[in-house]
Amino acid sequence: MQGFSEEFRTAFGLIVTGDPGLWDIVLLSLKVSLLAVLIAACIGMPIGAALAVSRFPGRRFVIILLNALMGLPPVVVGLLVYLMLSRSGPLGVLQLLYTPAAMIIAQVLLVIPIIAALTRQTVESLDAEYTEQLRSLGVSRLASIPVLLWDGRLALLTALLAGFGRAIAEVGAVIVVGGNINHVTRVMTTTIALETSKGNLALALALGAILVGIAFLVTALVSMIGISREREVLYHA
Amino acid sequence: MRDWDGAEMLTQPRMAVENLRIGRNGSTLLDVPYLALGGPGPTLILGPNGAGKSLLLRCMHGLIPPDGGTVWQDGALLGEDQRARQAMVFQTPVLLRRSVAANLDFVFRRQGIRWRSRKARIAALLDEGGLSGKQRQAARSLSGGEAQRLAILRALACNPEILFLDEPTSALDPAATQAVEALILRASARGTRIVMVTHDVGQARRLGHDIVLMQAGKVAEHAQAADFFAAPRTAAGRAYLSGALVI
Repeated sequence: MQGFSEEFRTAFGLIVTGDPGLWDIVLLSLKVSLLAVLIAACIGMPIGAALAVSRFPGRRFVIILLNALMGLPPVVVGLLVYLMLSRSGPLGVLQLLYTPAAMIIAQVLLVIPIIAALTRQTVESLDAEYTEQLRSLGVSRLASIPVLLWDGRLALLTALLAGFGRAIAEVGAVIVVGGNINHVTRVMTTTIALETSKGNLALALALGAILVGIAFLVTALVSMIGISREREVLYHA
Repeated sequence: MRDWDGAEMLTQPRMAVENLRIGRNGSTLLDVPYLALGGPGPTLILGPNGAGKSLLLRCMHGLIPPDGGTVWQDGALLGEDQRARQAMVFQTPVLLRRSVAANLDFVFRRQGIRWRSRKARIAALLDEGGLSGKQRQAARSLSGGEAQRLAILRALACNPEILFLDEPTSALDPAATQAVEALILRASARGTRIVMVTHDVGQARRLGHDIVLMQAGKVAEHAQAADFFAAPRTAAGRAYLSGALVI
């Protein structure tokens, strides 16, 4: 166990000295996951909201399916995106495999179900309260979607953070479609996996600490929003 | 079937319903052969729980499609044009999770009014409802009375010809009730036709020009308020006013 203390010291040094190799990896991670969440939000929120206000046969099945997709194994999503983007795949001509774009696509697919399912829940419960009032004001079902999204903004922020938490911590999908290429597609999680197996524990530990810090921050934000929402409910009671 | 035959009935009624029926699971919830709301109002709808008061209101506002029958407004079938000239205030105010001013602005923006003009109208309405100075406050943090006043102001922002109110003061204390009633009476004086459901006989006496008493989904009696409170024509009316439990 004596050797590990040296590793911890080196890891600490890497973080505080702002080692450029380390921060490149952190920045790429943030860039990929933030973009993925942004794109997933643009797709997932309208889907979730539309599902919340619409009524059609098989709607329950779609909701169950959407909830089930939240538990999609990242490595399987990576495999599917790999098949699509590989040279002989349908999107092979785009030559996106082993680029950050491929990683973003994979994470978008992972995050959409989370954002869509949480948006559906939020909007549906809000709609139960608003539906008569909005109808009374002459707001159509379609036009009520942006109203409900805006008024559910706090809960939806939680959904975004949950999606980001999943994207930033996920390793299976990005390693399959990104290939973990140094300086190109190497992100925090894939680097930790690689460096640990190589025995370079200092870099793995430094990245691990940063990743834990980010995950902690996201969780703290989610619960802070949750607390302020509870307070709002109490106010109204 | 004829409704009560005051001189007001000779002119076109503001609202009228004909053969209105709603049933659920074999039981009749609403059955009104004919009801005409003429005159200047306010019309106060009285009756026990489950008498169909709220249901009647929602049918006239087009929120619930009846199983049968028709709703008329100014001689025309109730449609989107007619609905646009109505507004409704609910028993529990449903306020948007925004500021007090933004709740009113929501309505004005939908009317396509420009910001300068909206700002002035919001200020005027808040002043009217005694909510000046609270415009930036979160609407959901208002007290019960303030919240209901804001809901009424928002309904008035629609500039309705007819305003439906479903027991707007049932959860309020006397002071808050008085403020809400004053707001309603001022709107009525400016020409908005008020149709309001209440449980409170005292409130019906204070506000009502004509009274609709409902019982078990039917209109038991419709009369001028003065006549109704002096001498109800029906047994149901007499029982209701004598304080007996009408079910």
